Amino acid sequence: MNKQSNSYTVIYIIVMVIVVGAALAFVSMSLSERQTDNINADKMRQILASAHITPDTDIKADYNRYITDSFVVNAAGERIDGVAFDIKVAEQVKLPADSRALPVFVATMDDKTTKYILPVYGAGLWGPIWGYVAINDDGSTIYGAYFAHESETPGLGAEIAKPAFSDKFIGKQLFKNGIFRSVAVVKAGQKPADDADYIDGKSGGTITSKGVGAMLYDCLQPYAPFLQTLKK
Amino acid sequence: MAEKVTNKTVLFNPFSKNNPVVVQILGICSVLAVTAQLEPAMVMGLSVIAVLAFSNVIISLIRNTIPTSIRIIVQLVVVASLVIIVSELLKAFAYDVSVQLSVFIGLIITNCILMGRLEAFAMANRPWPAFLDGVGNGVGYTIILVIVAFFRELLGSGTLLGYRIIPQSFYDAGYSDNGLMILPPMALIVVACIIWVHRSINKDLQD
Repeated sequence: MNKQSNSYTVIYIIVMVIVVGAALAFVSMSLSERQTDNINADKMRQILASAHITPDTDIKADYNRYITDSFVVNAAGERIDGVAFDIKVAEQVKLPADSRALPVFVATMDDKTTKYILPVYGAGLWGPIWGYVAINDDGSTIYGAYFAHESETPGLGAEIAKPAFSDKFIGKQLFKNGIFRSVAVVKAGQKPADDADYIDGKSGGTITSKGVGAMLYDCLQPYAPFLQTLKK
Repeated sequence: MAEKVTNKTVLFNPFSKNNPVVVQILGICSVLAVTAQLEPAMVMGLSVIAVLAFSNVIISLIRNTIPTSIRIIVQLVVVASLVIIVSELLKAFAYDVSVQLSVFIGLIITNCILMGRLEAFAMANRPWPAFLDGVGNGVGYTIILVIVAFFRELLGSGTLLGYRIIPQSFYDAGYSDNGLMILPPMALIVVACIIWVHRSINKDLQD
């Protein structure tokens, strides 16, 4: 058989593609369940991290223990149908604020206090950044925050993922005199114009820091009516 | 006997004398990218060993059936499918590491060491020597990766495998981590230092 003929080459490619395709499909299908579990567990870990809970080995058990409720609200603060855990925040932030589905995770802490954990998603310098913000039951005071990023510069923008940065948000107020102001991230020494609470950004990570500030404002602002109902 | 000797050289030559990174200067891209910490560097090394060894064996097994005109495509398909399998396995069994390595597992496909070994060795040799060649070159690559990562993590973060090595008292006395070590250019400089030391020891490699 002539191995250099066109028909041999074409048949060779067709057989190869079928064999490789089948093998990869098999691998992907047999592992997909474990992978989804891992992705979900990682999301649960991030949600818990915003409320300063570090789960040990069994993330799922800790998640079920602390996160006692989760629901979805709209921009008017009314509950709507949906599963909070399955909502992809990355897709929701592309929609106009008043048509987003806004997930809320309710955590009951060891001391019986209630924290409301809200997801945020935005853009850093090189890629997406995201996180979770835990808010006290007064609807304004930040209890804790967790940020993560895909590809920010190590040592500069990537520092937002460290507790040294996220812990600066503890105790900051989202509302000033009943108006939603978010928490600004500004250059050290500066102050935001609208007397919002603020923290110092990372020097050298200016665009990532600004991204965090913008992300908090964009993602938390639609929650304002919901947070105000908590206050009462 | 003769074959045993060649098998041995096939396996051990790439460790030092013919190291793919410091002698052939292949696969530098991933050396820069994954060596800020020791753990991802080790996983990356193991992944490359696995992909390289098995793609060498597969190509060697089918080397007589591959039409010459599409041999590079066939090599790429074999490498790409093995890389996808490795990446899927990592996502299922070592999720944290797969997040850290992110795109670099996928970029094993473009690692010149792989195509180089397939084209230069596996296409012309039987499966067992090809397997040894793959393991040898993979280990040679991993050695360099681990050495670079060792210095970068120790000097850049003061840790090894995440455990603190440089004691807190040093920091209290004014020592601070060298942030430059975490940035990719320092990997190049460390690799260059390794090449320098390596060439000083192996005089016959000098031009």
